[in-house]
Amino acid sequence: MIKVHKLIKRFGSKTVLRGLDFDVQAGEFVALLGPNGAGKTTFLRILASLSRPTLGTVQVAGYSLPGQAGLVRARLGVVTHMPLLYGELSAEENLQFYGRLYGIMELNRRVQEVLGLVGLTLRRRDLVRTFSRGMQQRLAIGRAILHDPEVVLFDEPHTGLDQDACDMLDALLRDVAGRGRTVVMTSHDLARVEDLATRFDVLSRGVISASIRRPDLGKNNLLDFYRQSLAG
Amino acid sequence: MEKLAGINRPSATYLKAIGSIVWKDLVTELRSRELISAMLVFALLVILIFNFAIELQPDLRITITPGVLWVTFAFAGTLGLNRSMAVEKDHGCLDGILLAPVDRSAIYFGKAISNLAFMLIVAIIVLPVYSILYNISLFNPGLLLVVLLGSTGYAAIGTLLSSMAVQTRTRDVLLPVLLFPVIVPVLLAAVKASGGYLQNLPMNEIWPWLNILIAYDVIFTAISFMVFEFVVEE
Repeated sequence: MIKVHKLIKRFGSKTVLRGLDFDVQAGEFVALLGPNGAGKTTFLRILASLSRPTLGTVQVAGYSLPGQAGLVRARLGVVTHMPLLYGELSAEENLQFYGRLYGIMELNRRVQEVLGLVGLTLRRRDLVRTFSRGMQQRLAIGRAILHDPEVVLFDEPHTGLDQDACDMLDALLRDVAGRGRTVVMTSHDLARVEDLATRFDVLSRGVISASIRRPDLGKNNLLDFYRQSLAG
Repeated sequence: MEKLAGINRPSATYLKAIGSIVWKDLVTELRSRELISAMLVFALLVILIFNFAIELQPDLRITITPGVLWVTFAFAGTLGLNRSMAVEKDHGCLDGILLAPVDRSAIYFGKAISNLAFMLIVAIIVLPVYSILYNISLFNPGLLLVVLLGSTGYAAIGTLLSSMAVQTRTRDVLLPVLLFPVIVPVLLAAVKASGGYLQNLPMNEIWPWLNILIAYDVIFTAISFMVFEFVVEE
């Protein structure tokens, strides 16, 4: 579903990604771990077609980037720590706006369906600026899955959320992933992703330095694996 | 893979995408009134200050009016352009739009049309106030045409440059620095054409300035259409 080969990304003289290889099968939930500045967000922005690779090949959902970016975008949902929502529009209006950009058929029915999925039906007519951070993040997930994407990218979605909001978000993440979607999520919260992901990759110094699947990890060993990956 | 909904995946039609962005900008502004109120207060203050600062003989008012008007529109327009793109950037919404499977130029046209609408709304309010304060009738179809053409060129290149400036930390300073040198031909032609209509000059003296305005509108729009994609992507 995602194939990345020898990806290099430079910003001026600074090289952020140094020949990164990454391969994700359909239906996998990959947690992308790494220290600050490792290049996780840059990598996700390239997968999301918001940033162009300097060198290397990137394929998402069978289409290459940046050449077939439009086709990739139609099959991709993205959630970041910012909600990408308009505060002066209601929850319903935000989804309708994005739905029109995606050319979704039967938009009103789909918007109501998604609002139900993220538990915001009762607040659908309220302006988003009146929402708590947790509610905004749930609506952001609604925005990301509105067009029923095959791949969903989450860039540190738990940032700024309290414990209850994180738990609610996790339930939603499981639901999103449980519907057969391919998910890639960056996070610093190892305890949280340990319960969510089916594979754990460590991005360090611009490459994937280690990768392990959940069955090979054992219980509560993610922190050890992560530390060893960075030390190596 | 389980499908949540029987959703087709046609890309939004080009015009529908433009219309959606304009709709979103207008509704957002109608509720917040952040952008137009800032532009309007600034514009009214400028013409008020000019009114008190310069003691004008009645015959001189006609001569100075085009300059005062376009200085007012240009500065107020810069405020609006900065705010219009800042709203998109501050909440990451620009990324949200860029993630949609629509042509980048549709996003540009949507934002440019919104910016043009805001500039014209300010002009519609400022012109009567100016008429009263300076005791000059500005309800001249020719002048209104110049306001439309000048604002179009301003919004066309201003939208491109503001989407460039908004990605920097010094966006408030950077936009006027980038915009004013580029927009000089449009402002010059707009001032001359406005003056021509107000002084009832023959059309053969006004046409060259109108032609310059139209040419720059087309050039700025074409350039922005071609390069917007590269400006908004990293």
